[in-house]
Amino acid sequence: MMRLALFRIAGAVPNLLGVIVITFLLTRALPGDPAAYFAGLAATPEAIEQIRAQLGLDRSLPVQFVAYLRDLLRGDLGQSLSTGQSVAAEIAARLPASIELTLVALALAVVIALPLGVAAAVRQGSWIDQLARIVTTAGVSLPVFFTGLLLTWLFYFILGWAPSPIGRLDPSFSPPTAYTGFYLVDALLDRDLELWWACARQLIMPAITMALFVLAPITRMTRASMLSVLTSDFVRTARALGLRSPTVLVRYALRNALLPVVTTLGMVFSFLLGSNVLVEKVFAWPGIGSFAIESLTASDYAPVQGFVLTMGVLYVLLNLLIDLAYLLIDPRVAMQA
Amino acid sequence: MSALPTPAPAARPAVPRGGHLRHVLTENPVTLVAAALFAALVLIALFGPWIAPYDPLATAPSIALQPPSAAHWFGTDALGRDILSRCIVAARLDLGLAVAAVALSFVIGATLGAAAGFFGGWLDRIVSRAADTIMAFPLFVLAMGIVAALGNTLANIVIATAIINLPFYIRVARAEANVRRSAGFVESARLAGNSEWGVLMRHVFPNLLPPIAVQVSLNMGWAILNAAGLSFIGLGVRPPTPEWGIMVAEGAQFIVSGEWWVALFPGAVLMLAVFSFNLLGDALRDLLDPRRRT
Repeated sequence: MMRLALFRIAGAVPNLLGVIVITFLLTRALPGDPAAYFAGLAATPEAIEQIRAQLGLDRSLPVQFVAYLRDLLRGDLGQSLSTGQSVAAEIAARLPASIELTLVALALAVVIALPLGVAAAVRQGSWIDQLARIVTTAGVSLPVFFTGLLLTWLFYFILGWAPSPIGRLDPSFSPPTAYTGFYLVDALLDRDLELWWACARQLIMPAITMALFVLAPITRMTRASMLSVLTSDFVRTARALGLRSPTVLVRYALRNALLPVVTTLGMVFSFLLGSNVLVEKVFAWPGIGSFAIESLTASDYAPVQGFVLTMGVLYVLLNLLIDLAYLLIDPRVAMQA
Repeated sequence: MSALPTPAPAARPAVPRGGHLRHVLTENPVTLVAAALFAALVLIALFGPWIAPYDPLATAPSIALQPPSAAHWFGTDALGRDILSRCIVAARLDLGLAVAAVALSFVIGATLGAAAGFFGGWLDRIVSRAADTIMAFPLFVLAMGIVAALGNTLANIVIATAIINLPFYIRVARAEANVRRSAGFVESARLAGNSEWGVLMRHVFPNLLPPIAVQVSLNMGWAILNAAGLSFIGLGVRPPTPEWGIMVAEGAQFIVSGEWWVALFPGAVLMLAVFSFNLLGDALRDLLDPRRRT
């Protein structure tokens, strides 16, 4: 078991390297000449050459790559030209906002999609199966930025239920003490329920928007895998032995049906992290996605590269986590080793 | 997919095509609606500039931000431009971007994937590793990074969208070519004196087309969404060009003050387009490859 886990961790290393190499190559393909930029508008060609040498841009690609790796190990992602701060610090400050939003959205999607998928499989062809079919087809067709704006219009402007879409917290509150950076957790640690509710209110709409988008793949997979498990011999045996229907469904069928669902979580995370950028823009959520968009608009590229790298590394780690979770959920995988 | 011990020499559906097509269309009325929507979209993309009631670029400050009316069905935007006209004219650009991107990833991905699956060896290892590396990113984020690195132009939107879709084509083509590399008809084509490339291109490749066609149709909606998403965050398309994603972005600020039509109409048109592509994709999959149905 332990050896297998280590094996899986080692398996993530090539992907991690791939992410770093691609980000490095994107850095080199950058529009504009960083040396000319740093030298200023009035610089002579000689001055630009000198700065190019200083920045190491005149050396061969492999040498530059080693320098890039060394910077990465020191946690140096360059400077943001628009904020004047180091990119690593900026991203570290905003990452909790993005992760909190993504996790809440995922939890929301799973809580809705699993029962829906199971119900659709058990009552195949019924109205709930039709509902699941509509959700799965419509869900992947919805542009998240459109859903976000539609929900804002409906729940903020028309019904007045939701707070205005202006980030993580209404300006009349001051943010909780930064223990973890997750406002929901920090507000609880501060024992301030009013503040917790204020944070939760801001979080609900963007989280629902993202959850709607990933509802589809989880529901579809749950339904398909439940359907195949329900026709299997061990479920028939369990039924024949007189076990109660909920016991058969949850303890026997669902536990086995979950395995392929966990595998699709990788794709789900890709959707989530990608749509995260769009949702953050719609709801002015101060995460790394909106930071990347602001920098893009200002032609400030170091933060964009830092963002792509952070997202890539995050995604590789999430996939590794899924792999390791698989070992725990499915004892057969560990047995085969 | 590879459950069959020996792949059928030709993957053409064994069922009589006309009957099956009729069955797929009539079994699910939604498919018919989607087909009608799709046809309408294609017509709009082709003839948009002649159908649009107003000039999509003509500004008229005196009628700015007017709600939908008989004269302006979708209302007007902050500069007094007719939103319906802009939505109509934008169809060509949005569909064009998606078609170009999908065509690019189809040609490159199918060729690379087929060669990798057919020849195996180092080529296979390099191609598969490249596909895995692309998949190691959240795809939309990678597309953002590519456009930022290559430069903020329409052509680069197409390239970025094509690159993030490549792995899907590579994987399908590779798997299908791999199971056929030593099939009977391939061996006999070899014995007939064809070169390896000749066998791959003339005998194996045509058999890969049905599963890849399914991939193309499932991919179109996602390519449109992706291109529109990139322009929503300000990449590629520049104002005042009418394009659905950037129109939603331009209208976003008016949502909180109640001028919903500026953002929601272009968004709804985009959604309908993606929806019809996805439904048709599912229908085509049922038609060409019933085994993959879920």
